[in-house]
Amino acid sequence: MPKAGSGLSLDGLGMTLWLVIELTYKCPLKCPWCSNPVDFDRYRNELTTKEWKAVLREGRRLGSLQLGFTGGEPMLRRDLEELVEEADRLGYYTNLITSGVGLNEKRLRALKKAGLKQIQLSIQACDQELNEKLVGLDVFAHKIAIARSIKAEGFPMVLNVPVSRYNIDQTAAFIELAADLGVEYVEFANLQYYNWALLNRSELLPTREQLARSEAEVKAARERLGKRLTIYYVVPDYHDSRPKACMNGWGSIHLTIAPDGTALPCQEARLIEGLEFPNVREHGLDWIWTQSPAFSKFRGDSWMKEPCRSCSEKEKDFGGCRCQAYLMTGDAANTDPVCAKSPHRPLIDALISGAETHRDQMPLIMREGGYPRRMGTR
Amino acid sequence: MEVERRLRPEDVVELNPNYHFRWEEPQQAHVLLYPEGIVKLNHTAAAILEACTGAASIADGTAELARRYDKRNLGAEVLTFLEVAHAKGWIRIKS
Repeated sequence: MPKAGSGLSLDGLGMTLWLVIELTYKCPLKCPWCSNPVDFDRYRNELTTKEWKAVLREGRRLGSLQLGFTGGEPMLRRDLEELVEEADRLGYYTNLITSGVGLNEKRLRALKKAGLKQIQLSIQACDQELNEKLVGLDVFAHKIAIARSIKAEGFPMVLNVPVSRYNIDQTAAFIELAADLGVEYVEFANLQYYNWALLNRSELLPTREQLARSEAEVKAARERLGKRLTIYYVVPDYHDSRPKACMNGWGSIHLTIAPDGTALPCQEARLIEGLEFPNVREHGLDWIWTQSPAFSKFRGDSWMKEPCRSCSEKEKDFGGCRCQAYLMTGDAANTDPVCAKSPHRPLIDALISGAETHRDQMPLIMREGGYPRRMGTR
Repeated sequence: MEVERRLRPEDVVELNPNYHFRWEEPQQAHVLLYPEGIVKLNHTAAAILEACTGAASIADGTAELARRYDKRNLGAEVLTFLEVAHAKGWIRIKS
């Protein structure tokens, strides 16, 4: 993925370079920062194998190169191997983004044979106890075992760590674990606060001190390990004064297809109310990408308001994240409140201070079906 | 940090097996694909990578480029680019 805040700017020549397909919203884990919608279980009408194949063909025609199979947990789809094989035949660089649950040696070999190029495995803690507390299931030993199998099959591998207050103090231990497993990449993805993560924000947001320590540990490890291990560090955008160049710009190079066929400029965009996102069951991808009102809505800079409109950095960060602007200011066309120039920046500062001074001391709301009906009765 | 030695003309280099290097028709360019990344290469970079990662040595690859493009004294330019590619992990020294 284009790294949030990396300053990466990629000219896709108007093509959908990055295609992410969320095969299902189903997942056995209950991560309280899940990026899926909080009402994920309302969407049960998953695309069929045939429909996904049509998406893959059309995506390639639009110039898609990188393909992410994700979810929910993509291993829950029995046709994953078949879809990977089709994607490889079409010329994609195929990435599997998984929790490892549902993955075994037999399926690994089948995926290798189907042409899968790399696997991103998530890990939430360096010990069983904390891992189980964070994902709601005893899967730590399985994750470690499957990580070793992935390497034994010869896949390049990214170990992905969703970073919160709970596990950030294990930064050095995660790096040690990654080096021990022999993975090529470890990615510290500081949580971005949408959907489930937003519900649990006050409990998950790390303190400034924790962040500084974690960043220092990453720096030391980079110097020690050099090329043996590439460490990606996705900065927590709240703690930055410049907004992230979210998705390299709306409708610029990134296209997500949700399990029900809804086409989105990013995995979170359906949280913006009032925008009607097109569905691949009703429209061709070409029309969706080039013509649909939703994808054109925040392209370029004519939609921008001040302070973005006259900002010298608008071509660098595209005004930040539309979803974050919507969630925190009520208007998706506003400047991302992370930006120091945003009149809404005090909201972010209050959250950061809050992380230092007080905690809600609420239990984490784990990802489960039935929300928000269940919440309404609490 | 491990100290990486500089590349020499007699070195044999190969593409890092985690990188896929190929022509991409819609981009009208060669691309490098790897976990979570895309690099679009300009014509010169692609020609050097193609010639030198398939050659018996960097010097051999350079000679092939000199013949193909009818140019002399490419050695320094080729090595400079390959150093960058090496530092980025796109290629590695085979022997």
